Amino acid sequence: MNAQEVERAVGRLGREIADRARAAGASQGLAIVGIRRGGVHLAQRLRRELAAALGSEPPLGTLDIALYRDDLAERGVAPVVGPTDIRFPVQGKTVVLVDDVLYTGRTIRAALDEIVDFGRPRRVWLAVLVDRGGRELPIAPDFAGVRLDAPDDVDVQVRLREAGAPEDAVVMKRRGT
Amino acid sequence: MIGRHKHCLALEDFSREEILEVIDLAVSMKEVLLRPLKKVPSLRGRSVVNLFFEASTRTRSSFEIAAKILSADALNWTAASSSVTKGETLVDTAKNLEAMRPDVLVIRHSAGGAPKLVADHVACAVVSAGDGAHEHPSQGLLDCFTIREALGTLQGKTVAIVGDISHSRVARSDLHAFPKLGAKVRLCGPPTMIPAGVEGLGASVHHDLRTAVEGADAVIMLRIQHERIGDPLIPGTREYSKYWGLNAKKAAEWLKESCVILHPGPINRGVELAPEVADGPRSVILDQVQNGVAVRMAILYLLAGGSPAEPAEAKA
Repeated sequence: MNAQEVERAVGRLGREIADRARAAGASQGLAIVGIRRGGVHLAQRLRRELAAALGSEPPLGTLDIALYRDDLAERGVAPVVGPTDIRFPVQGKTVVLVDDVLYTGRTIRAALDEIVDFGRPRRVWLAVLVDRGGRELPIAPDFAGVRLDAPDDVDVQVRLREAGAPEDAVVMKRRGT
Repeated sequence: MIGRHKHCLALEDFSREEILEVIDLAVSMKEVLLRPLKKVPSLRGRSVVNLFFEASTRTRSSFEIAAKILSADALNWTAASSSVTKGETLVDTAKNLEAMRPDVLVIRHSAGGAPKLVADHVACAVVSAGDGAHEHPSQGLLDCFTIREALGTLQGKTVAIVGDISHSRVARSDLHAFPKLGAKVRLCGPPTMIPAGVEGLGASVHHDLRTAVEGADAVIMLRIQHERIGDPLIPGTREYSKYWGLNAKKAAEWLKESCVILHPGPINRGVELAPEVADGPRSVILDQVQNGVAVRMAILYLLAGGSPAEPAEAKA
């Protein structure tokens, strides 16, 4: 995907979420939570789209799932922990979890565990820019910018300007090349 | 692992990067500590044994709470109620506890070097919770964390440590840590309580409280240990308090506006620190206690968060 396609996909995600929120009567109780690190910038963009579509800016939070991983025992060293920052009450909110790429689903499982530790949301939706297939857990996105079926030896990377990329792009790279 | 270290025994061995690894992680741990539901599953199925041969409430509770917030199981073992009173050696005690497969042994002992001795004989990670007059690394790390939190950085700052420097493991850990983060250290106390040659570690020595604290960005007041009172080191608490204690008047006249005051606890109110200073706006003493839990969470996570250590059978 090139910069234009990424922009269109983000715009479409924003409109779809706004439509669904209106239909569910949740446009006032919406909150956006980006999963570190790839979901954070995407969550900021979606928040702008939603603010434009709904007329009010939903609160924004950041989740780091390192303390909730299920593979600690299989890793040599403890994974790096980044900041989690949820400053609004989660209780009763419609939380939109945002990540850049959905793959095995394990990150989302960890994120769901973490978000409920902050309170009991009314509901949680999952929005991703790329659903690349390859799920290992029964998890499905509510909103996906693009769906593809990437083989296991391929990395799907979302590169955004906010993270230092020269321009927005989604690239596929064979692992080890 | 904390950098190259499998254990957390002494800040003398820690590099600047290794200190920063712990206190940077402690920022995230503090966020967990301040949540309404303060528990994360990261050390589920891991166990931490607190092995205390010396009285302690703050440090032991702090390690225990830190372990529990990370979902590890914590077991407390105190020497008074143990087989040590039946003549078991330190290494035997540790090896027996190790046979119960803990992931981390937290040890406090009155003999300097005791945690290192245990670490040399067991496969699990060992954390020193204070050994004799040697070091108290988790206290040194929480002091770094607290000063950085209060002042934004230690780079270019001046920290005065006041009290019985000779017998203080806290002072020793601080002295090994602060300069690595760019701070200057001033040591102050009665001449009988300053070890000879300590300037070699990069600190300046003062025998006058005023010159030590004037212009300092942080002042750490050490507890004057009751067991030292009346022995030749200091004649009495009144005299100590007069010359080395910090009261509201001295604090107002000598300290910089922004200077913060730390104390490792427990405080002897009215001896080294007047109550109105200990409870005053400059005091970050209770922040130290809270930050201590976050720092100990970081230490336990880094040492027990990877794959569990295999018991080394060949190890003597």
